[in-house]
Amino acid sequence: MATTAEHFQAHGDDHGHADHDHKPAFFARWFMSTNHKDIGTMYLIFAIFAGIVGGAFSGMMRLELAHPGIQYLDTFARWFGATNPDFNATLHTWNVLITAHGLIMVFFMVMPAIIGGFGNWFVPIMIGAPDMAFPRMNNISFWLTVAGFLSLMTSAFVPGGLGNGAGTGWTVYAPLSTYGSTGPAVDFGIFALHLAGAGSIMGAINFITTIFNMRAPGMTMHKMPLFVWSVLVTAFLLLLSLPVLAAAITMLLTDRNFGTTFFDPAGGGDPILYQHLFWFFGHPEVYIMILPGFGIISQIISTFSKKPVFGYLGMAYAMVAIGVVGFIVWAHHMYTTGLSVNTKMYFTAATMVIAVPTGIKIFSWIATMWGGSVEFKSPMVWAMGFIFLFTVGGVTGVVLANGGVDDVLHDTYYVVAHFHYVLSLGAVTALFAGFYYWFPKMSGRWHSELLAHIHFWVFFVGVNMIFFPMHFLGLQGMPRRYPDYAEAYAQWNSVATDGYMIMAASLVIWFINIAYAFTAGKKAEGNYWGEGATTLEWTLSSPPPFHQFETLPVIEATAHH
Amino acid sequence: MKSGEIARAASQALKALGLSFALALAPQAALAVAPAPAASAPAVTSTADAAAPAADAAAPVAAAAGSYTPLKPIEGVGMPVDGAIGLQQQYSPLGEYGHWMHNVVLLPIITVICVLVLVLLLIVIVRYNRRANPVASKTSHNTLIEVIWTLVPVLILIGIAVPSIDLLAKQFKPAPAKALTIKVTGNQWFWTYGYPDNGDFEVVSNMLNVPGQPTINNGVRDVGSKPWDGPSHLEVDNRMVVPVGEPIRLQITAADVIHSFAVPSLWFKLDAVPGRINEKVLFVEKPGVYYGQCSELCGVKHGYMPIAVEALPRDKYNAWVLTHAGGVIDGQKKPEAAPAAAAPVADATADAAADASEAPAADASAAPAA
Ligand code: HEM
Ligand SMILES: [Cu+2]
Ligand SMILES: [Cu+2]
Repeated sequence: MATTAEHFQAHGDDHGHADHDHKPAFFARWFMSTNHKDIGTMYLIFAIFAGIVGGAFSGMMRLELAHPGIQYLDTFARWFGATNPDFNATLHTWNVLITAHGLIMVFFMVMPAIIGGFGNWFVPIMIGAPDMAFPRMNNISFWLTVAGFLSLMTSAFVPGGLGNGAGTGWTVYAPLSTYGSTGPAVDFGIFALHLAGAGSIMGAINFITTIFNMRAPGMTMHKMPLFVWSVLVTAFLLLLSLPVLAAAITMLLTDRNFGTTFFDPAGGGDPILYQHLFWFFGHPEVYIMILPGFGIISQIISTFSKKPVFGYLGMAYAMVAIGVVGFIVWAHHMYTTGLSVNTKMYFTAATMVIAVPTGIKIFSWIATMWGGSVEFKSPMVWAMGFIFLFTVGGVTGVVLANGGVDDVLHDTYYVVAHFHYVLSLGAVTALFAGFYYWFPKMSGRWHSELLAHIHFWVFFVGVNMIFFPMHFLGLQGMPRRYPDYAEAYAQWNSVATDGYMIMAASLVIWFINIAYAFTAGKKAEGNYWGEGATTLEWTLSSPPPFHQFETLPVIEATAHH
Repeated sequence: MKSGEIARAASQALKALGLSFALALAPQAALAVAPAPAASAPAVTSTADAAAPAADAAAPVAAAAGSYTPLKPIEGVGMPVDGAIGLQQQYSPLGEYGHWMHNVVLLPIITVICVLVLVLLLIVIVRYNRRANPVASKTSHNTLIEVIWTLVPVLILIGIAVPSIDLLAKQFKPAPAKALTIKVTGNQWFWTYGYPDNGDFEVVSNMLNVPGQPTINNGVRDVGSKPWDGPSHLEVDNRMVVPVGEPIRLQITAADVIHSFAVPSLWFKLDAVPGRINEKVLFVEKPGVYYGQCSELCGVKHGYMPIAVEALPRDKYNAWVLTHAGGVIDGQKKPEAAPAAAAPVADATADAAADASEAPAADASAAPAA
């Protein structure tokens, strides 16, 4: 609680050595950082930047899709360095946009923000540790992510087949990504994934080691805040799934450059093998993006209901269950590839099982609020929005889980709607919830609560307008990854593009809010959310000292999560 | 088809339900109900027949060998409808089952779950806000309720799994041994359809160009230049013609990268994978034209390789077969000396590029080019 804050602070003047809370000079601090909070900040800034790039790409896509026919792609092709693009190069630009958008949002926005940003900032603090277990490795993780992003950006400007850039989709399916795309763009894209993947694997090792070994005295596993649990499970998913992705894309590289035929039937290979490998990574990956969000939402709901999380153990082990089951459902992304009947039946059943722990989480959040004394501060409003939007995305997942129904919905806009409800409206909403929850803690300055609420409502209307009609388009059969469409899909597409404008406006409100906080924002106290906020970050000042917990906090047996 | 009738009836009711679900989009959604898909499919044949003869002076009529005029599609049948919010009307038994599965089983369940969560959130907002409830309870466990909210979803999922697994089993029922086989090959960026049981001729199918837009396929005419043309982006020069009312064995593969053969109104989607033949039964209940589109990213013109399946009664199908060089009615013996005179081409337009590859004689099979 706030009164104990002084106790855990590491004030230079409490101690003999004077350089104690001394921050390194600019270059050393930001380029050679070993401080988990600075690295977390860099991850957040990087993710915001990447999010702007990925978001701009989606804006270009929505603009093109506002009406049937091809209107803007030619201009966009020129932006990517084409001098006089023919129609093929123009269309290729579309595929570059969808590929870059997907890869950026997954690997360079959501993952860096939610794991690299919030994970780095708050996992050590929440378990009462002074820093991560391997601070230097933490630094490498970050800079590998940046290098990956640069590699991906480079790929957009070099030849990738019929135009500049990699046009394979974020799934990089062979053989479109092997003999189907000449030129170095796809190689740069693959290399980007290697770099980002290596960074994430190191990050995962770091989190696992930190959480297992650096918990403060009395912080048993079953006392850890749920956010820490969520990052722990996520780290295991990363550690076990990313190497499979690395193998798959390395095989792509050798197929492309060194004459192997892992995925080429002409040499006895199998394109479907790539899909198995990719989705063995890919399905855990989608949970990698949402589990830390679950953790953030749990903290927020508990704080603003002024109640401990309902069914703490059930919540923690539901995440473990999701993680475990997440490894045995991958082929639900491959229902139409020609799986045998038994395989399809198995994956249908296994996929539906995932809905059970997911449901437990939703009901436990509601039960946490039930009987609470709920304060609708901005993080809470975002968190409640998350619960609803994630539910909508989750239930369409249950529809898609049915192999026999997915036959008609696979690779249509219904799938696009599903995964944007769980990601753009789920993971991203959780990110904004976490942002408003922790921003004053991280910066020491208050954002405007009013603007944060307006941001929420404008965003909520915008994203629902973009993505809800996509269910209709998908049910009517509109395939995904199309730059152009039949007239009959015009109406809902134009609604979606209108929604994009509204969503974009909400982001402007967000940026204004950040600018406001840094210029005019009030100073934030240590525990600015009050009695409901019980995790260790609230025992520190805002922002926390450069090094916290030089004297380890002791967690009493009665303290709750 | 009992389940089919249920599905149709329910689909209307559920459209209304889906509407209420349309959040802030009510005005647009309301429009959606207007263009209800044409209800009576049998009209397909008569309309087409009426339209056909007068259609086009150049309509190909192959002397004694066969005859064919493309069917005129009916607005809203076998194609998407603007502003619609549900699945396309289904024209196959499996499609009706799947349609029922979605509209009667899944959609109500997921709607109820979403509404339940929304209502619970609203109750929290009203009853458990700080003013209404200043002192928070400390309850953080209740084993009974936790068991309930684990078991009830399990039961619901079992309820979904039973018809779902049944649907899957039906989808995998193999075609009878003597069923007609059609070979579908995905190419960058067109489809070819081989008819091994009908003399092994091949149909090359390209999307029609859209007036005012850049040329998609050189040498192919514009959409709308023939009276039987369907919607732009969906209509092709040479359709995949199939017999109606009988199981057809589709064998699907690809010549270059992966494509996916998909026709929403026939509940059909199966990937075309190079080096692999995927097989599935297609059964079309009513004559008509059913449109679909490639459904696996396959390169730059992925959006421009639609599928048009034209289902004809057996006699008309046979007549269509005989318009092809070397075409023979399946089940009949191949005439030894095929009359050289009978070499008309389906659509006698200037599709030079396309027709050139269609011309080869009977036994030039649809082997994918390397
Ligand atoms: C209730 C739990 C869920 C179930 C049963 C489920 C089921 C499915 C299924 C069957 C597909 C494949 C659809 C297709 O391609 O035809 C799919 C796609 C997808 N899901 Fe989920 N899902 C669930 C939750 C989630 C969550 C939590 C996320 C991420 C936060 C997620 C992200 C995705 C993504 C990104 C795709 C599309 C990948 C692609 O093809 O590009 N899903 N889901
Ligand atoms: Cu999945
Ligand atoms: Cu395609």
